[in-house]
Amino acid sequence: MGIMNFFRSTKTFAHGIHPVEHKEQTADKPIRRLGFAPELVLPLAQHRGKPARPLVKIGQEVVRGEPIAEADGFLSVPLHAPADGVIRAIDLASTAEGPKAQAIFLKVHRASTQEVLYDLHRDLDTLSAEELIAAVQAAGLVGLGGAAFPSHVKMKPPAGRTLETLVVNGCECEPYLTCDHRVMLERPDSIMAGIRIVLKATKASRAVIGVEDNKPDALARLRERIPADLPVTVEAVETKYPQGAEKMLIKSLFGWEVPAGGLPADLGIAVYNVGTLAQMGELLPRGQGLIERVVTVSGPGIFRPGNYLVPIGTPLRFLLEHTGMSEQAGEVILGGPMMGMSVASLEVPITKAVSGVVVLEAQDPDLAQRQVLPCIKCGACLEACPVKLNPSTLGQLAQHREYGRMASDYYLDQCFECGSCAYVCPSNIPLTQYFRIAKAINREHQRKPN
Amino acid sequence: MSRPIEIRTSPHLKRARTVPQIMLGVVWALLPICAFAVFQFGLSALLLLVTTTAVAMGTEYLFARLSGRGNTLNDWSVVITGLLLGLTLPPGFPLWMAAVAAFVGVALGKSLFGGLGFNVMNAALVGRAFAQAAFPVAITTWTPGFAPGRFQEPIPSTLTPPLMQPIPVKDWIGGLNIDGFTGATPLALQKFQHIEVSGLDLFTGMVAGSAGETSALLIMVCGLWLAYQRLLDWKIPVGVMLGAVLIALPFWLLDGGVYPTPWFVLCSGGLMLGAWFMASDMVGSPETPWGALVYGLFIGALTVVIRLFGGLTEGIMYAILLANAAAPLISAVTQPRVFGTRKERRS
Repeated sequence: MGIMNFFRSTKTFAHGIHPVEHKEQTADKPIRRLGFAPELVLPLAQHRGKPARPLVKIGQEVVRGEPIAEADGFLSVPLHAPADGVIRAIDLASTAEGPKAQAIFLKVHRASTQEVLYDLHRDLDTLSAEELIAAVQAAGLVGLGGAAFPSHVKMKPPAGRTLETLVVNGCECEPYLTCDHRVMLERPDSIMAGIRIVLKATKASRAVIGVEDNKPDALARLRERIPADLPVTVEAVETKYPQGAEKMLIKSLFGWEVPAGGLPADLGIAVYNVGTLAQMGELLPRGQGLIERVVTVSGPGIFRPGNYLVPIGTPLRFLLEHTGMSEQAGEVILGGPMMGMSVASLEVPITKAVSGVVVLEAQDPDLAQRQVLPCIKCGACLEACPVKLNPSTLGQLAQHREYGRMASDYYLDQCFECGSCAYVCPSNIPLTQYFRIAKAINREHQRKPN
Repeated sequence: MSRPIEIRTSPHLKRARTVPQIMLGVVWALLPICAFAVFQFGLSALLLLVTTTAVAMGTEYLFARLSGRGNTLNDWSVVITGLLLGLTLPPGFPLWMAAVAAFVGVALGKSLFGGLGFNVMNAALVGRAFAQAAFPVAITTWTPGFAPGRFQEPIPSTLTPPLMQPIPVKDWIGGLNIDGFTGATPLALQKFQHIEVSGLDLFTGMVAGSAGETSALLIMVCGLWLAYQRLLDWKIPVGVMLGAVLIALPFWLLDGGVYPTPWFVLCSGGLMLGAWFMASDMVGSPETPWGALVYGLFIGALTVVIRLFGGLTEGIMYAILLANAAAPLISAVTQPRVFGTRKERRS
């Protein structure tokens, strides 16, 4: 940090933290296919935006790959059946977020094959940009890095903006997770095919792939697989959390800051995760939908950690029975341990947004519940915050419930809850958690002004 | 699965140095300085340090209990306060006065504000400022270091009975047969007689002064270790030294016969101890990166101004206390530029 950056040649951003990576458990584990659970649970809202609308009735037979729910408007994506089976119910189901939500329950036929019969081969070269965007939406693609933002929406820049650069995010900065790493190693050609599609649809002139320098094998593999006619460069960026946050990656690659409250599109940039592009490259030529994704299952509480190709809707319990879970398991996290959500129930399904399942043990030193002490103004949080907020002052304001001032005077809304401040706080103040609550309260106040 | 899983919100990982670890690190860094103080001034320095630390801990314990905060000794911060106070007092300072200073420092300087993290000023310096006002003679009575027999018996004034004026040490010093000891610190010699002590003696600590402030070299080594461990913000001591030199240099160039050399300014008095161990106290200093530098410069500059133009020979104590008071203001005007914003929009 600080002075040392002058001597570094790797591209990076200021601040951030270096959590223990824990990636060695799964980084060398090839992606393996997981079998079908007896029943799949498919929430209608697996993406940002409006929930999908069911197309099926209870008792209806569906085949693997068939659309079972349609997009409700532009800011929405459809849902496809991940297996052959029969619709058992459309009802409320447990979700990782907490409140129950509408979902389609698909009872899987024992004879369901892994082959996708629902197939619609087409020549992408003949499609226009508009048709490509529609095809991406029809495939049900969302950001597989964890944000679950509908992929096709980002292809259409806001009015008055043009996209010049496609940034491909292969950082994978969260500890434990290696699913993107494996995709880059095993499916580089699919990623390139996805890049080709996005470049054509967005009319962007170049693509830059950013990969953290702790994955030299992925960097090398991508570099050797760039097609001669594709304007792609591969850049190594410093291994540092949260390098994979899109604003940080843009800063690292180009030195540009996305304006506060703005989007990468304001700089003519669209950011896509490598996993998303790999799926796009494979699904679009066949006209298929997103029905499975790579999930890293790891952590000290897992017996057989690895990278699994999991059908969307697989209940967590089925997945964890397959990988084995320790008796000492203390916390089950969907996503990475820095930004993921811990679940209350193992009936929660794997959705499109779930990049990893991390099981920590109760005695894990990282989990240690320590006494919260007063802020000693050591400034460690200021040196950690990637958006250069003042978490120390924000935390004190939160303790005094000055939520409005946090936003008006200290840029609370710039916080994207990466967790770096809480990670480094020697007083164990749950800063990120305070900020999440403060933002929720501010949103509530905006909705109902008194 | 037999046991219930827990639900928390992210981040689920946590690996940070804890407050007790930070404070203990500072205590470790202070111990060599304490050892040198005892080596130089003997039994008196040892008794002094033990007294201030014990009274500081007792006061902290008492007030924390009274205010229902439980036992706060385990965060180690009050040990730093006790040791620092002892190090800033003259080696022959009567123990009962040191005990009063430690009590006042911790009680008024820290506990009444709500304990660790809430105090505005450095508690050790609050105690010393009180002693400076209450016991002006005792706190400016200096004794020579490396006195023979210093490990067998304390300096006479050390054991002054409570509430009594200190026992005069003139005869005791006379009996030591040390050539040329005038009972003045290098700072006083320079200020009133324009005699500069050798730079090397100052640097290594072969001079009279407060128990723990004499060896600039040792303090700097311990401070650098702290900075290397990232237990203090290097910008603060660097700022203090830079600020001091920036003010001292022009005057010295103007009239080297009257004004001290910058080197003398840095190595004399409590500047080094103050810069590395008191100004850098996290609680009293601004948390913003630029604020730390401004705060350091302010302390350094003010120290030299007090030394050159004030009635006192030493200025670091009041400079730090004033800067402590100004720290929230310095923080407010040096807020970091938030990612993606061009200019401060705050007015």
